[in-house]
Amino acid sequence: MPKLIKGVGCPYCGSSCDDIEVLVSDDETKILEVHNACIIGTNLFHHANDPTRPRLPRKRQPDGSMKEIPYNEAIDFMAKTMLAAKKPLIYGFGSTNCEGMSAVARIAEKSGAVLDNCATICHGPSFLAIFDNGYPSCTLGEAKNRADVVVFWGCNPMHAHPRHTSRYSIFPRGYFTPKGQMQRTVLSIDPRETDTAKLADVHLMLDQGHDYELFDAFRTVLKGFDIPDFVAGIPKETIKKSVEIMKNAKFCMIFFGMGCTHTDGRNHNIDAAISLTRDLNDHTKCSIMAMRGHYNIAGPGQVWAWQFGFPYCIDLSKGTHAHMNPGETSSVDLAMRDEVDCFVNVGADAGAHFPIQAVQHLKKHPFITIDPNFNMASEISDLHIPVRIAGVDEPGVVYRMDNVPIQFRSVIKGLPGVPSDEELFNMVYERMCELTKTEPIWLAAKEDRRYPESEAVI
Amino acid sequence: MAKINLNMITQRSIEEGAAMEQGKTNPNYFIACTVCEMNPEDMKKAGIWKNTNVKVTSECGSVIVKAIEPTQYCPPGLAHIRQGVWANQVVPPRTQSTGTPQYSGFPVTIEPAPSERLKTALELVQGAVGLWNGGQ
Repeated sequence: MPKLIKGVGCPYCGSSCDDIEVLVSDDETKILEVHNACIIGTNLFHHANDPTRPRLPRKRQPDGSMKEIPYNEAIDFMAKTMLAAKKPLIYGFGSTNCEGMSAVARIAEKSGAVLDNCATICHGPSFLAIFDNGYPSCTLGEAKNRADVVVFWGCNPMHAHPRHTSRYSIFPRGYFTPKGQMQRTVLSIDPRETDTAKLADVHLMLDQGHDYELFDAFRTVLKGFDIPDFVAGIPKETIKKSVEIMKNAKFCMIFFGMGCTHTDGRNHNIDAAISLTRDLNDHTKCSIMAMRGHYNIAGPGQVWAWQFGFPYCIDLSKGTHAHMNPGETSSVDLAMRDEVDCFVNVGADAGAHFPIQAVQHLKKHPFITIDPNFNMASEISDLHIPVRIAGVDEPGVVYRMDNVPIQFRSVIKGLPGVPSDEELFNMVYERMCELTKTEPIWLAAKEDRRYPESEAVI
Repeated sequence: MAKINLNMITQRSIEEGAAMEQGKTNPNYFIACTVCEMNPEDMKKAGIWKNTNVKVTSECGSVIVKAIEPTQYCPPGLAHIRQGVWANQVVPPRTQSTGTPQYSGFPVTIEPAPSERLKTALELVQGAVGLWNGGQ
């Protein structure tokens, strides 16, 4: 009898939907059906069935081909490579659980690495603005229950977070929003008429890259001053009308995304958005939230801030203290300046999602990929180590985009012999300690965290 | 031959996301990400027929993609390649000291290239680092 597992978390986007139902085969090795998830989540779960999923590490041979090797050989290679490197870079963690992120920190410290996560090419500028200006945010539950004006600035949840609008922001009926969409006014600020903009009551189609000016115009109008007839291509009247809508809200919720952080201005755009939120709180209640891309990309920010004091771009190469300075210790900048001599890509795909010049620079040195599937990074790697898929065959804690931790469960049994990220990093750490003749230090919050489910460990 | 200078943005789309989760070597990923959305007016100016290949050149490289009419309205002057391997062939790695490359808002030149071939993701990435062996 196939089993229906309820309350499953979806390991794709920052909405981290936790109401997925998955029908699995009798022996818990195959996913048969996925209910409630969007098309991306459905594809993700079904992709775990792929019979060609790698089961053994693969190492690049001198002739350029890849050859399967046993795990202990791969662990030995990774430990030796990282110890030999002067300044390795460990990047990724968009798609893994917090246990893995915590475990990798030991390796990073041991090898004097730079520890970075996908936020560096995504919401990194948001972090910078948050350091400067604070983060008057709330949870998605509050947005659902209270927000009657929702602003999507430079984000397109209909494409990037497909169930965000139906679970949290536009359609759901909440405690103070019992009429759902009927009660909500939606504003969209985007240079294209995206599918989210089509849902909006007011769409401000600004000139691309002029977000800062428009934020400033909003603030100027809010403070009662006059603005030019057109700002960022938007007529004065439209801006005034939009500000009026936001001002008269009972609870205004601003979501911002890559449209602000990838374009000119970067952190200054977010800085202005946060200031606008603060200004609006003179009139009504207003809150702001970053549309984080992956289901647990808020995780490394939380875990590493707790371990090192910084959420991303953490340079541990000094050996005495952590140092963070985006622009200097950020992955793409380090790569472009050739400052790193070993690259470890974990649960992300730098091969596909870094500008190609950065990939070319990184490939000059040993390149290791740790990922459950084949991807662009794994196909140019010197070593590819497969692991279990967090949220599919490996449980774990994840942080949703509003920094709410959720315990994800596994729905199928992991491939035999394939470790989880955490188990793999612990084994690499142990090997590093053996090689350097030092005692491993296991300062874990829980005693049993070293090998949580040991039967799958080789 | 006619050319047009446009402002390029590279952002996510659900087609790209859904195909990516089937695997980056899946044909759906190739179909979803090898497109450049541009306004029909701009296509006309550059002498580009819709659904034909174009060469997109930025300050740091070029890539062949297929010009299509926007699936989500793009105003004249703006072009959009879905994020992924093809977009990142032309994304400038400059970060304004924040760590985040210029994924959106960089100038590109787009010209018709109807006889050029679209390259696969593997060919582009492995080719860039000297590992491409012709797909054997």
